[in-house]
Amino acid sequence: MATFNIKVNGQAHQIDVEPDTPLLWVLRDHLDMVGTKFGCGIAQCGACTVHLNGIAVRSCSLPISNVGESEVVTIEGLSEKADHALQTAWLEHDVPQCGYCQAGQIMNAAALLSRNPNPSDKEIETAMDGNLCRCGTYIRIKAAIKTAAQQMS
Amino acid sequence: MTLIRTKHNRRSFLKISSAAGGGMLIGFNWLVACQPASKEVANVPKEWFDINAYIKIADTGLVTIYSPNPEIGQNVKTSMPMLVAEELDVDWKNVVVEQGHLNTQKYSRQIAGGSQSIRHGWQSLRMAGASARRVLMEAAASQWQVPVSELTTENGIISHKNSDKSVHYGEVATAAASLEVPENIELKDPKDFKIIGKATKNVDGSKIITGKPLFGLDYKKEGMKIAMIIHPPAFGMKIKGFDASSVKSMPGILDVFKVQTAPAEKQWSDTNAFPELVAIVGETTWQVMKAKKALEVDWELESTLESSEGHNLALDKALNSPAEKPARLDGDPDKAFKNAAKVIEKVYSAPFLPHNTMEPMNFFADVTGENAELTGPIQTPESLRKSASDLLGLPEDKINVNMTRMGGGFGRRLYGNFGLEAAAISKHVNAPVKLIYTREDDMTQGTYRPAYKIKYSAALDENNELIGFKLRGVGMNEGPIFANRFPAGTVPHYLAENKSVDSNISTGAWRAPRSNFIAGAEQSFIDEVAEAAGKDPIDFRLELFEKAIKNPVGEKNDYDPERYAGVLKLIKEKAGWGKDMPGIHRGVSAYYCHNSYVAQVVDIALENGQPKVKKIWCAVDCGIVVNPEGAINQIEGGMVDGIGHGMYGGITFKDGVADQSNFNKYSLIRNSQAPEAVEVFFVDNGIDPTGLGEPSLPPIIAALANSMYKATGKRLYKQPFAQKDIVVG
Ligand code: FES
Ligand code: FES
Repeated sequence: MATFNIKVNGQAHQIDVEPDTPLLWVLRDHLDMVGTKFGCGIAQCGACTVHLNGIAVRSCSLPISNVGESEVVTIEGLSEKADHALQTAWLEHDVPQCGYCQAGQIMNAAALLSRNPNPSDKEIETAMDGNLCRCGTYIRIKAAIKTAAQQMS
Repeated sequence: MTLIRTKHNRRSFLKISSAAGGGMLIGFNWLVACQPASKEVANVPKEWFDINAYIKIADTGLVTIYSPNPEIGQNVKTSMPMLVAEELDVDWKNVVVEQGHLNTQKYSRQIAGGSQSIRHGWQSLRMAGASARRVLMEAAASQWQVPVSELTTENGIISHKNSDKSVHYGEVATAAASLEVPENIELKDPKDFKIIGKATKNVDGSKIITGKPLFGLDYKKEGMKIAMIIHPPAFGMKIKGFDASSVKSMPGILDVFKVQTAPAEKQWSDTNAFPELVAIVGETTWQVMKAKKALEVDWELESTLESSEGHNLALDKALNSPAEKPARLDGDPDKAFKNAAKVIEKVYSAPFLPHNTMEPMNFFADVTGENAELTGPIQTPESLRKSASDLLGLPEDKINVNMTRMGGGFGRRLYGNFGLEAAAISKHVNAPVKLIYTREDDMTQGTYRPAYKIKYSAALDENNELIGFKLRGVGMNEGPIFANRFPAGTVPHYLAENKSVDSNISTGAWRAPRSNFIAGAEQSFIDEVAEAAGKDPIDFRLELFEKAIKNPVGEKNDYDPERYAGVLKLIKEKAGWGKDMPGIHRGVSAYYCHNSYVAQVVDIALENGQPKVKKIWCAVDCGIVVNPEGAINQIEGGMVDGIGHGMYGGITFKDGVADQSNFNKYSLIRNSQAPEAVEVFFVDNGIDPTGLGEPSLPPIIAALANSMYKATGKRLYKQPFAQKDIVVG
């Protein structure tokens, strides 16, 4: 066990865990923030995507000991009133089916739009290719990202 | 207007025993806590009145509708309450939907499977709404001392025109709650529908996009421990022994033990290759995961260790000898084939498929000496309760089963072994536990879609008429065919045979069971036969349906040829079939399953030599479309899923061990591989609605294969289609 001070969605937390504990399980088990999902545990599905200093990372494969001073943002902290352009677009396009992969999809899309506010179809596909959805909502995901990009510009 | 006698389904109308609301959700209040505050209604309700099993109404007029069936992403949590709200005649924006839990006294058929929720709920849910509306009107009528026949309702307001009086439902809910349901209830004429048929957003949408706890894996209760299991690494192996002490001292680990999870009396839903497991219980997920990795278990042989090569040989052998008795025989097929001018014969195959729901299997259990709470993602809550009762030695009425939203089902969560495992582990450690599968546990523990093969033969006469048709289907643990489906009924000489090969690899239902293979094979073959007959593939199919309409062969054909032909004609027109589109290669397919009809045209372009799906045109006849938004989403998803599995899916075995155990080795379809565009057209025929969770998946595999043939000149017989040289994307 060791003590870690991390910053999640603007709030400081002190946590006692083993240093190799992935951020995903710190969020889910210790901070009761279960919006970030477990899908594969080996950085292959994107369900656990969060932002680390604005960059999309896979929290299942990021030990808490590597988080340091970085700002962590999760789906719960993406916006204060669920009004991030992507969240609004997601509702407008009624994207989710089972919904399980969607937090990861939105977080990855948010990181994409912050580095590339006006992505082409190809750029969206490339950026989103690591986020799996068994329900097959990809067409709507793409459409919603485009709507959000328009909204933000 | 349809008059329905409520007597036939009175148990749906039993009053809920607790007076005010909330009582139904014992132990599940965390979900209530994340309900959005009432939307348009000004005040937060002080009191709720239970009108019937599906409806409670607040003093403010806000309405809660319980959705009875499990939600696996098929969107019934939106569409089923829409049926209630329609007949209740309320404004959808004043409706809050909650998941109803298992209660066989109040609800019937609480199953998510076979795309049947809407079909079965069509009468009973509308009746629940209509009878509630009726008692509310009666309450108002007696308050105003006017005949109920003089009252009208609109958007949750009851009005008496003659006296200019009106009340909202909330004001008479308390009086209505004590009224008996009348014997006869009138249902609306479909032309008066205001909610049914209107695009309605997913009721959990805003919770999903903000990361609220909704899924089984998100469930938490005071004092809860985390449990994981280790199952044998190979089908055909069992536990020999292990040294628990080696991991018991690891941080957070509470117990490590062997656990038996099979009920004495097995139901169909108890399909499970590994009833005996090693269980590890600890404080946090990561601690338990680490102990799971560290624990060394010795295994021993229980039966044979099978490999894909052996499966292949066994399936081929079965394919090459007749079945003991035909599944269907019309006319004299042997003679027809002898006299044929042309014979076409092809073999199609597809591998085992894991379900790979994005949310891995999990379940919460809190088992005490007297009772049990089981909460989590389950498609068959009633079966789980029965088996749990058997396993735990507790009467069924002492077991509460609560359903969470599911991160996908696809048939996997029909088989509730994970629920029984959680229950057995909780009982052993005498504490509430949440069992979590890793992805590897999930992908390698079985209940797969079986591997299948099928041989089709067609006989054409000198006029290129189809005179004979044979199919022999084989599969692991289950043959794939439906004896009485198309083209049965359209061919005078017809033979269908079905065979299965035993395997110790457990198999089960997978989105559109059997159809998920047979449609791709049959509709690819029909395309090839049409080509051999020198006919346009749509015209060839329509000719066959014409025969089944005018002069059907046999009596047991389980499809309606007019509706089948209807979707083909619709797609032919909408897609502009026959028109030359430079650079576009088109394939067609049509299939019937789960009481719905689907026809598709796939447009492919070659980009850098690789096929890319540019557009799918899809015509659907599912009767009345309850929620066009959700319906189109299901249809799109089914097609993306079908393309994904047809192109890339498959699990193979070596010495009983699955070769693929996580997404680094198993390919699910990705964003860039999805079709660029999809357009869906519904047949508008006013027929009672049928299911949509499955029907769009099976035929797309053939529509894809047929368009790939047009693009590349190569027919595709073996799934997954993506071999080294073809990568659709
Ligand atoms: S759970 Fe982290 S990428 Fe899959
Ligand atoms: S919506 Fe179900 S996995 Fe994406």
